[in-house]
Amino acid sequence: MKLLYFAWLRTRIGKGEETLTPPIEIRTVSALLDWLKAQSPGHAEALKNLDVIRVAVNQEHVPFDAPVGPNDEIALFPPVTGGSR
Amino acid sequence: MIRVQREDFDPGLELVRLTEGRHEIGGVVSFVGLVRDMAGGSKIGAMTLEHYPGMTEKQLAAIEAEANKRWPLSASLIVHRYGKLEPGDRIVLVITASPHRDAAFDACRFLIDWLKTKAPFWKLEDTDHGAKWVDADAKDDAAAARWVKKP
Repeated sequence: MKLLYFAWLRTRIGKGEETLTPPIEIRTVSALLDWLKAQSPGHAEALKNLDVIRVAVNQEHVPFDAPVGPNDEIALFPPVTGGSR
Repeated sequence: MIRVQREDFDPGLELVRLTEGRHEIGGVVSFVGLVRDMAGGSKIGAMTLEHYPGMTEKQLAAIEAEANKRWPLSASLIVHRYGKLEPGDRIVLVITASPHRDAAFDACRFLIDWLKTKAPFWKLEDTDHGAKWVDADAKDDAAAARWVKKP
């Protein structure tokens, strides 16, 4: 599974992407986020407040109950801030 | 059409290119977003726009397709920049053209409101107090919510 991190998630986790193999029972975004928190102190710090985390699976915005699989590209990021202010 | 690029764009030139020879067009509306030098009471030096290559293009194309479903547009263009930008620099351009002005005005407003909440861009601002990731603005969600279709 390919994981991508953007904005302050990238700086807190310390990398922009990584390939991980979560256990087979990890089948939703929610379960994946809980599992990721245990990967390193950086992951735990970046993911401590899930209210400010948004998720895309294969480049589409998804809710936390969306399914995830081993071949998916999962991106984690804060709420987007494009355009002008 | 959509474009994501580091380089600046020329709004006048883009408008001419999009509409020339298209004599069914009766009205063109454009929105140009600029970098301001103040945000939340802090002076902004420069900012860096990060994005998610691939998803950005996909989301902008989906937003544009949605606008074309809702309004009879003859042509449309979204250009969004990334990378380092200074106050006064152009960030984003939205152009909509239609036989009649109402569709062009509404679609332009829809596109800028929706892209702000759906396109994966993040701003890192250089402020007096150091570099700071910009938080999403609840006003942007409210602006986008106006365009959610009632079931």
